[in-house]
Amino acid sequence: MSALFNIALGVAIIAAVAWSFRFIGQKVTGNAARFRDMSFGVAFGYVLGLVVLLWLVWAYLQSISSDQATANKFFFLGVAIKAFILFSILAWLFRLLGRNVGTAGTRKMFRNIPLTASFGILVIIFYAVLAIFAGAIAPYGQDEIISGVAANIIPGGDPALGGDPAFPLGTDQIGRDILSRLIFGAQNTVGIAFATTLLAFFIGGSLGFLAAVVGGWLDQVLSRGVDVLMAIPSLIFALLLMTIASVWSAELGIPLTFFMVLIIAVIDSTRVFRLARAVGQNIVVMDYIEAAKLRGEGMGYLVFKEILPNATAPLLAEFGLRFCFVFLTIAALSFLGVGIQPPLADWGTMVRDLASFINFAQFAPLAATAPLLAAGAIALLTVAVNFVVDWMLHKSSGLKE
Amino acid sequence: MALGLLTLLIVSIVIFVAVNLLPGDFAELILGQGATPEAVAKIREDLGLDQSLVSRYFGWLGGMLTGDLGSSFAQLNFQTNLGGAGGVTVAEQIAPRFANTMFLATVTAIIAVPIAVTLGILAALYRNTVFDRAANILTLSSISSPEFFMAYVLILFLAVLNPILPSLSNIYEGMAFSDRLEKTLLPALTLTLVVTAHMMRMTRAAIINLLASPYIEMARLKGMSPLRVIVKHALPNALAPIINVIALNLAYLITGVVVVEVVFVYPGIGQLFVDSVKIRDIPVVQACCLIFAAAYILLNLTADILSILSNPRLRHPK
Repeated sequence: MSALFNIALGVAIIAAVAWSFRFIGQKVTGNAARFRDMSFGVAFGYVLGLVVLLWLVWAYLQSISSDQATANKFFFLGVAIKAFILFSILAWLFRLLGRNVGTAGTRKMFRNIPLTASFGILVIIFYAVLAIFAGAIAPYGQDEIISGVAANIIPGGDPALGGDPAFPLGTDQIGRDILSRLIFGAQNTVGIAFATTLLAFFIGGSLGFLAAVVGGWLDQVLSRGVDVLMAIPSLIFALLLMTIASVWSAELGIPLTFFMVLIIAVIDSTRVFRLARAVGQNIVVMDYIEAAKLRGEGMGYLVFKEILPNATAPLLAEFGLRFCFVFLTIAALSFLGVGIQPPLADWGTMVRDLASFINFAQFAPLAATAPLLAAGAIALLTVAVNFVVDWMLHKSSGLKE
Repeated sequence: MALGLLTLLIVSIVIFVAVNLLPGDFAELILGQGATPEAVAKIREDLGLDQSLVSRYFGWLGGMLTGDLGSSFAQLNFQTNLGGAGGVTVAEQIAPRFANTMFLATVTAIIAVPIAVTLGILAALYRNTVFDRAANILTLSSISSPEFFMAYVLILFLAVLNPILPSLSNIYEGMAFSDRLEKTLLPALTLTLVVTAHMMRMTRAAIINLLASPYIEMARLKGMSPLRVIVKHALPNALAPIINVIALNLAYLITGVVVVEVVFVYPGIGQLFVDSVKIRDIPVVQACCLIFAAAYILLNLTADILSILSNPRLRHPK
């Protein structure tokens, strides 16, 4: 109850300060338009924003305080603030680079790109490099159990804490290098998600266009089928099918990961089908499709040479969003223990395996880094993709109010 | 209404057929590789597996409708090994957990819906300001983060670094309401973060879509304050899409609940579902799946009905 009372008191104080801020502003500036027309909500917002900023500065100062207990408490806030500032600077530098280097087209693109989108592109490039060259970058193998090394998840490799400088992020419970596993996780998790999304687009896209071109009973059958599949929540359906697939994979000796790709691709292709069909139907009524039909072109030509090029923009934005969903579904399945199987390193599984160390954060904040890094790696990529997609959608929709 | 029931019926067929795609049959699955043919035949008879697929489907469906969800494989195994007769039925297993999950979803909805709608209105009111942009970035980030990341961040800050709330939700029967609420609060907050962001963005978009309408222009020109314009004129017309989004997100809660329940070891239906998936307890998986699908369809149906009710033009068709 006292917490609620404190919150109410805080809001009341901010409200009072906001009112006097506006009042004093009006008096001091001789009723300038800026203060005269300021609604109370705006004044409240200014003061609230100031309070939040001050609190962040205070929290940052706490995180570097000499008292170890307080510093521990605010350690993660401090890291988050530092990361935020660092990322902003990096995104700004990247935009600056993009504005001055490259072809005229890319320079034009970077001229009015928001910082969030430039941050997103930077992160995506970073992940792509990690995923493609994981084998060359990672110091150890993903399932390499380094013998003679005590398990130590404290990052930093400080010998005083029992670490080893050769393992900058420490080693997990059975002695595998966490840094290497994180890097290989990029390859496995992102690679599998990418392949799954491609498959989903191939299935959903071609069926959707086919339904749009052919119409009639084929369209009806496909659409109703998709309706039924979409009526089951996707994660639940995926879990149900994974149960069945786990029996099949033991029977047939095919890895479970293969089934997972197939299952998630089919489930997600229903969403792609909807979009592809809607976009396709708008294109099919165009004159140039009529002309191509009269020329006697085949179905494949119509779908891939006439409709596909004209449907790229909405499909590309959907690809980004779909990738995020697939990526999150795979991460969730792995986290629940039925997704990507060991010995492949993967972020969802890493979070689950290392999660219990979070409970030690009160005494040794660094102990919580490993699980948070794995979970954060997932979050960072999806946030980055979403930022880019958001910008693309905003750009293609023109300037709305 | 009929459409919803029909969809549910077809979904039940899909689930049933999917489960029957399993190689071999349940009897061998329960007893394992080294089962004697007599034992397999006995279990097949007990479970009714010797009947045809169609008659089994109708038996299962009839059982579902009358609340008899069959008996769990895991419990069956356990009980017969101990020499007991039968086991805990699926219905007995699911019922208390279903109540727990509904409790969690209700708490989340009570926190999330008012916050989301208020913030959405504020974002529409102060659109294109610093507040709006900060809200945009924050909500986009929280939509795209996985639920377990949010959950662990909240555990870190609210349970470990500042021990305010418990990080484990060990709920049992006969618990005082306040204790139960306290243990449910952290999972509910996690779900709130995920769901609020989406609802808020859609509320904002729905209201901003209307701001170009002539009647909004009129209200503005007669000197109404921006807040009154939005609350009195834009909001009632934006109700249908907002209700739709709320229902959609409550439906989404059902999926999100699975991961969050596992993180917080919350004894809900999602936890049971995942555990059953791991030990391949088919009757439980089947029943949970159908319950999730039913809730999902029901919420979508409610959204349709409510959005018709909220729109006079649809309520009185010409």
